[in-house]
Amino acid sequence: MAIETTTAIAVKAAPPRRRSRKATLAWQIGVRVLMGLVTLWCISVIVFVATQAMPGDVAKIILGPSATSEQVAQMNENLGLNQPLISQYWDWLSNVLTGNMGDSLVSGQPVSELLSERIFNSATLTVIAMVLILPLSLLVGLIAAVFRDKFVDRSYLGASLVVTATPDFVLGSLVIALFGTVVFKVLPPVSLIPPGEAPWEHPRQLIMPLAVMTVVGVTYLSRLVRVSFIDVLESEYVQLATIKGLSTRRILFRHALPNALAPSIPAASIMAAYTIAGSVVIEYLFAYPGIGSALVDSVAGHDLPMIQAIIMLMATAFFCFNQLADVLGTLNKSR
Amino acid sequence: MKAVEVTGLTVTLDDGSVIANDVSFSLDTGQVMGLVGESGSGKSTVGLALLGFAKSGANITGGKVVVGGVDLLALGPKELREARKKLIGFVPQDPATALNPAMRIGTQLTEGLLGGKKENLPRIRKVLEDVGLPSDDAFLRRHPQELSGGQQQRVAIAMAVAKGPKLIVFDEPTTGLDVSTQARVLEMVAGLCCDNGMAAVFVSHDLAVVGTVGDLVTVMYAGQILETGSREEVLLSAAHPYSIALLESVPSTRQRLPLVAIPGRAPAAGAKFEGCVFADRCAFVEDRCREAAPEMVTTSTGSQARCIRVEHVLQNQKLLVKEPLHHTENKGGDRQAVLSVRNLNASYNRTQVLYDLSFDVAPGECLAVVGESGSGKTTMSRCLIGLHEEQTGDFEMDGKPLPSRLRDRPKAVKQQMQYVFQNPYGSLNPRETVATAVTVPLRHFYGERGKAARTKAQEALERVEIPWRLADRYPAELSGGQRQRVAIARALACNPSLLICDEVTSGLDVSVQASVVELLRTLQDDGLSMVFITHNLAVVRSIGDQVVVLSKGRVVESGAVESVLTDPQHPYTQGLLADTLEVDRSDAETSDLTG
Amino acid sequence: MIRTRPKEQGDQAPPRTLTHRVLTARQTRLGLIMMLVMIVFALAGPFFAPHSPTAVLAKPYADPGDGLVLGADSLGRDILSRILSGGANLTWMAFAATFIGVTLGTTIGLVAAFKGGIVEALLMRLVDIMLTFPTIIMAILFISMVGPSRVILVVLVAIGLTPGMARVMRGAARPVMRREHVMWARTIGLSSRHILMREVLPSVTSPLMVEIGLRLMWSVVGLASLSFLGFGVQPPASDWGLMVSENKDGLAIQPLAVIIPAVCVALFTIGGNLFAEGAARVIGRTEGTRS
Repeated sequence: MAIETTTAIAVKAAPPRRRSRKATLAWQIGVRVLMGLVTLWCISVIVFVATQAMPGDVAKIILGPSATSEQVAQMNENLGLNQPLISQYWDWLSNVLTGNMGDSLVSGQPVSELLSERIFNSATLTVIAMVLILPLSLLVGLIAAVFRDKFVDRSYLGASLVVTATPDFVLGSLVIALFGTVVFKVLPPVSLIPPGEAPWEHPRQLIMPLAVMTVVGVTYLSRLVRVSFIDVLESEYVQLATIKGLSTRRILFRHALPNALAPSIPAASIMAAYTIAGSVVIEYLFAYPGIGSALVDSVAGHDLPMIQAIIMLMATAFFCFNQLADVLGTLNKSR
Repeated sequence: MKAVEVTGLTVTLDDGSVIANDVSFSLDTGQVMGLVGESGSGKSTVGLALLGFAKSGANITGGKVVVGGVDLLALGPKELREARKKLIGFVPQDPATALNPAMRIGTQLTEGLLGGKKENLPRIRKVLEDVGLPSDDAFLRRHPQELSGGQQQRVAIAMAVAKGPKLIVFDEPTTGLDVSTQARVLEMVAGLCCDNGMAAVFVSHDLAVVGTVGDLVTVMYAGQILETGSREEVLLSAAHPYSIALLESVPSTRQRLPLVAIPGRAPAAGAKFEGCVFADRCAFVEDRCREAAPEMVTTSTGSQARCIRVEHVLQNQKLLVKEPLHHTENKGGDRQAVLSVRNLNASYNRTQVLYDLSFDVAPGECLAVVGESGSGKTTMSRCLIGLHEEQTGDFEMDGKPLPSRLRDRPKAVKQQMQYVFQNPYGSLNPRETVATAVTVPLRHFYGERGKAARTKAQEALERVEIPWRLADRYPAELSGGQRQRVAIARALACNPSLLICDEVTSGLDVSVQASVVELLRTLQDDGLSMVFITHNLAVVRSIGDQVVVLSKGRVVESGAVESVLTDPQHPYTQGLLADTLEVDRSDAETSDLTG
Repeated sequence: MIRTRPKEQGDQAPPRTLTHRVLTARQTRLGLIMMLVMIVFALAGPFFAPHSPTAVLAKPYADPGDGLVLGADSLGRDILSRILSGGANLTWMAFAATFIGVTLGTTIGLVAAFKGGIVEALLMRLVDIMLTFPTIIMAILFISMVGPSRVILVVLVAIGLTPGMARVMRGAARPVMRREHVMWARTIGLSSRHILMREVLPSVTSPLMVEIGLRLMWSVVGLASLSFLGFGVQPPASDWGLMVSENKDGLAIQPLAVIIPAVCVALFTIGGNLFAEGAARVIGRTEGTRS
């Protein structure tokens, strides 16, 4: 009996190979996106549980150790902490999804209002950094690969070893010391953007944070570009292209580039995710008014709604770029 | 003037070791030269150097390659590029990796040709038809990964031919192909060179392939040409001791020959030598062979050989020829089968790959299972040992039912049935010494430790001719053949009654294959039963008593090796035999003379 | 006419395992020495501090003098003493986090590769989810709620290291599991323990070493960064990361209070990276020539 079933399956499975491959790909990506939504939901639960339903008194954390019991009771009332957890979560989630994230406990203004400008500032910084990082990584990776094991490549590898290992805040502090305060004093050591003004109206303030973000990003991404370029340059098809007598330019840009680029694209997306996470340090270091520095300030001021909103925002952005990388990687593999 | 003239071609690695040394030959228009050698002989290096190309880490350090009156090695980078565009074509070993996966076939075929894409297209279509491929636009728009292996190889050949070169270099283009595809590709190659007036150099490790396609045959060893001449001169009356030894080690599908292995180990690429490069392994060696590197001399057979004793060798080589072996039919008699398999069905990822296989292995016999790639032979051998999960069927061992899954099998069965894998580089744990590899099963099955275990391990290693001084080596320090022997010794240490050998010789050079086949034959003489899985009919003839021919997961023919290979009944077996190339040899006459 | 045996094996290098080769390469040695120096400096430093790291001894950002070799920091404490006692916490926390993360990740990776099938699928799904999870941001969240507990910091960093570690080790172990010597061990019925410990683990020690170096570096980077943001060791206690943020406003007056702790952290992490990349290079070279 068993034999007959296996044969039947084989007959059914064999012919529509091609179409089923595309179908499985769509299915695979579908599953990933679904898993992603589940993860995102998990994040929201964790953020909620961590902030609102912690064992111990949230109100006390917010008000500080010197709070009176009436104050604590009042705070519990305000935050809706007396209600059952499930309904608290439900209220919270529906509010978050409709963009209503409550009022700041410090200033009393709505969180969404407080954050909108900061989000804009952070996004500006990140987007400009990405715009710089992508082409630069490609260029640097390509040059290093072409001059593999030569002086150019070796010094690049040495520099990138140091930069990769150095924490952003160390790198940033040294840059500030070098250009801002101690040695050259040519750039402002802090990047304060007055409220209501766009970051690009203060280009000099942006140079140092952008430089640090770009150097870190380029170091990460260009190494991947370099490795995939080297793999491709050593491939048999590049050897055959050389043997066919093609020009170096054609070999590099028509034969090698498309193949070397493919694995770098998911990596770029991962790098975007880490740039977002890393922006907390950079913004705090340069006192740049973005959501990263807002997070640090909110934690110091126990501003619970602000913390919730910023963490949700950053976690979602981080997660989305990671998920994008995952999907791009799946697409790549299927080719 | 010759179409191609190569003189003193030398390729050196960055560390100074020479991997191709003083290579010289010449070709007429339309002539094909087969360049044959074992791994590390430098044949592919020479193939690439003919295009003025050396892999990274290597440099062409001397010599001339004159094609159509132009010395390629004297050209600057720009002129060299132009020369490659029009004078020389190259067909790579593995088109699956040599065609760019991100570019369309049409683009890859037209790029690099002189003139625009438009004017070249008619020519490309013509060449595609010549190599037996469709030439419509839909085909040109495809990407390489949408073609089969045979089609990819044809595209690669079309790419080389399209420019109308004076010389075309084939680098083992049929190695990955099945015998039937190989036969067709070789036929096409010969036709193309003849019709288009191109000279060709055909690099291969396979003497039969070289003998089929080449008008001239050149034998390389340790970076040097040892013998060169016409096909008949080199293959029928070889003069150099190495050529003779190499021919002795090639199995035949027509008769069961004793295979003579070359003693010692092939030198690593770039090894340094005082005198003759083959002296250490040569049966005719004298002290003066080691003193100075021998020059090329013209022999009395008409070929050129790099040997100072060549005439002496020619006079005495017949002593080496041995009579064909004869099968002792029906060794097993009516005794109970060691292993019997009934109705074995197996699938892989829910696609059925084996259909109703049934066969018996008689005691002391070797059952050869032969099939091309995709025939399911490896899945079958994994089923026998219990490593394959998706299978149904009935096994019996010595008359007792045998569970199909490994975890259900008793320890005694695991000891009696031993498996030797195809890949000698993976079958030994790289972090364990040879001695440990052999003592692990002794400890596992017999609880032997310490000195007793080492003594038994020594016996097992000596049985496979691995000297005990190698016992503390790691696998990385052994050659492929030595590793395969250690794997066999490890199996023997379990004291098995049945040995399953999965393509154990296919990763080895022919002279090493000969030694492993001879070893297995002596084990068989000691009474060991064997299942020998292979794609090579000649090896079947050398070692098998019974044979099962697999095609697309089904047994198409089975029976005694003598009768199946002499008089095949099934069209598939007939086709397989017809497509399997043979080295034409003079054995028939010589064995008469000496016998 | 007596032939000498061909020197077929005699001229080969003595057996040296890859692990040995990794540990003796110049770059990995330099990395190891750098890390070792920093560890000794960080752990022994507190005993050599001339003053209490928390005592206010002078005016803020006071110049060197009066027994303060490097001057005073933003609150008037001795910079030298704070530097000497600012690495101990970082060091043990980084090692603890690396140890936990590497052990956990390696176990998950090896078990997944060994078991295969549904176990592997589930474990790797879990790892995928953990990888897309913003651990750094989550760490900030937890610490902001619970307060900067050192144990929680170590656990969070360890959890952050685990999924990547698991993925790498499974990636390294999978081809080993498919190798013939592992299949052979299965065919003769050797125990799972024997197969994992003797056949699989020795073949993945080299990538393991690379990863340990990398993860250690990331632990230090992560912990120092959290401390810089004020989520790590709390004032008035001393810590390198914290010192940078405490004194960054006085960078123009007292640059050494920022630069020296920053460089200390960097030396530590660069040592880790030197080791990791050196090891990776040795492995790449060996495996590159093997094929």
